[in-house]
Amino acid sequence: MATPVVVSDVAKSFTMHLRDGIKLPVVAGVSFSIRSGECAVLGGPSGAGKSSILKMLYGNYAVDAGQIIVQHEDGLIDLATASPRTVLAVRRLTIGYVSQFLRTVPRVSALDVVAEPLVERGADREVARNKARALLAQLNLPEKLWMLPPATFSGGEQQRVNIARGFITEHPILLLDEPTASLDARNRDVVIALIAAKKATGVALLGIFHDHDVREAVADRVIDVTAFAAGKIAA
Amino acid sequence: MTDEPLLRVSALSKFYGSRVGCENVTFGLWPGEVLAVVGESGSGKTTLLNCLSTRLLPSSGAASYRMRDGQFRELYRMSEAERRFLMRTDWGFVHQNPADGLRMTVSAGANVGERLMAVGDRHYGKIRATAVDWLSRVEIDEDRIDDEPRAFSGGMRQRLQIARNLVTGPRLVFMDEPTGGLDVSVQARLLDLLRGLVTDLGLAAVVVTHDLAVARLLSQRMMVMKDGRVVESGLTDRVLDDPRAPYTQLLVSSILQV
Ligand SMILES: Nc1ncnc2c1ncn2[C@@H]1O[C@H](COP(=O)(O)OP(=O)(O)O)[C@@H](O)[C@H]1O
Ligand SMILES: Nc1ncnc2c1ncn2[C@@H]1O[C@H](COP(=O)(O)OP(=O)(O)O)[C@@H](O)[C@H]1O
Ligand SMILES: [Mg+2]
Ligand SMILES: [Mg+2]
Repeated sequence: MATPVVVSDVAKSFTMHLRDGIKLPVVAGVSFSIRSGECAVLGGPSGAGKSSILKMLYGNYAVDAGQIIVQHEDGLIDLATASPRTVLAVRRLTIGYVSQFLRTVPRVSALDVVAEPLVERGADREVARNKARALLAQLNLPEKLWMLPPATFSGGEQQRVNIARGFITEHPILLLDEPTASLDARNRDVVIALIAAKKATGVALLGIFHDHDVREAVADRVIDVTAFAAGKIAA
Repeated sequence: MTDEPLLRVSALSKFYGSRVGCENVTFGLWPGEVLAVVGESGSGKTTLLNCLSTRLLPSSGAASYRMRDGQFRELYRMSEAERRFLMRTDWGFVHQNPADGLRMTVSAGANVGERLMAVGDRHYGKIRATAVDWLSRVEIDEDRIDDEPRAFSGGMRQRLQIARNLVTGPRLVFMDEPTGGLDVSVQARLLDLLRGLVTDLGLAAVVVTHDLAVARLLSQRMMVMKDGRVVESGLTDRVLDDPRAPYTQLLVSSILQV
């Protein structure tokens, strides 16, 4: 089975220059891989570094050391050292990401927020909007909201927009940061079904799920992030 | 996406006497890419932008531009006439103050039409139709076409300046604080418009701004400047969410949320 993500010996710390340059070690020696068609889950208490790992995989956080090898188009690239342009290409074609919170853009409707990643990959705008409608309907977002910018939506409504945006494309790798945190049971079940469908088409998923039932339903394997805890003594 | 950049800048410096304008700036810009240049007042953003757009000659360094025929040309070795031609056809320059980029005493339609005539368009009906089309793309009603920009609000003037710059189908646009002098609500509308136009037209742009929210919305990459030098650069969301340089951390921590 294909292994499109291989993470080896990755380390991450933050140096806080505004606070006398103290160094906050987060994780070190992070090593795991993800296969196509499985959903691996990052486990560990709050603050363990789960989101930081996802963000490094998306190129949103810099990587201090180690490699993040990703299968991109016909080759392998190392996200830890990739140029900004390469990271952008990886995001467009290879790695999708459902962030913990939706970042809203003024004046863009929920429908277009969801359709945008497909349009960026060259899809016809109307085709993309139709697919967006189907996903928003599946996630039970009231139709009267579709043409409105999500800035004023509730947390759960914004999160459903964010999920639809992440699931609309056929990226071979998908990262999920607590996608079900503010959803009711009915919509949690929708997300579980969406994840199962992605697995069935061979997508490699890596997620963070606090909800026990959701985790039970989707996880093929749990990666314990506390095993990668970096020394708590400032280097 | 082409593998060759549109603009290649290497070790560009500009000194005003002994004072540093910008120093040792190196980067490449690819088609369709928006690069934000951020930093506080006096950090050298405008100096850099003016050097890139050849409105100012650098003290040292080089910049080359890929012409429509695919050949790279050294910007600072071109003749004045060649540079002016590039400015009129392939580039746009959006000033912070619309009065610097518009002709305030001719009509809105003429402000847009003039640029078309400068690239050789002579058919009056066609020019007017294109002007109307561009005014509507920047959300200016057709019935304002004969009004002078003097009669427009700040936001409308800025939208007109954008139409005047984009009507010739440039491949590269320079913008200096495009939302700078505007009210917050007007800024949001202009930003949304710019974002849509840049994406639809596949424009490459260098946008100077001191506003990190503008950089977040418009750009994919950014450079942070301080005292004329680039202190950090990279993917816009990476620089804003995981700032590494002390100065970038200070900038990011100084704002509420971007
Ligand atoms: N951008 C950042 N700057 C500074 N510290 C950060 C940043 N992002 C995360 N951290 C710190 O890194 C640690 C791990 O955070 P995070 O990855 O969000 O953990 P989790 O998702 O497991 O709760 C926390 O101590 C957090 O405060
Ligand atoms: N024409 C000029 N003559 C002398 N010094 C100048 C001139 N223009 C700018 N400077 C100086 O160059 C530095 C950078 O200025 P500028 O490029 O305007 O910065 P920014 O656009 O970031 O505010 C400042 O110290 C400024 O005082
Ligand atoms: Mg987290
Ligand atoms: Mg300036």
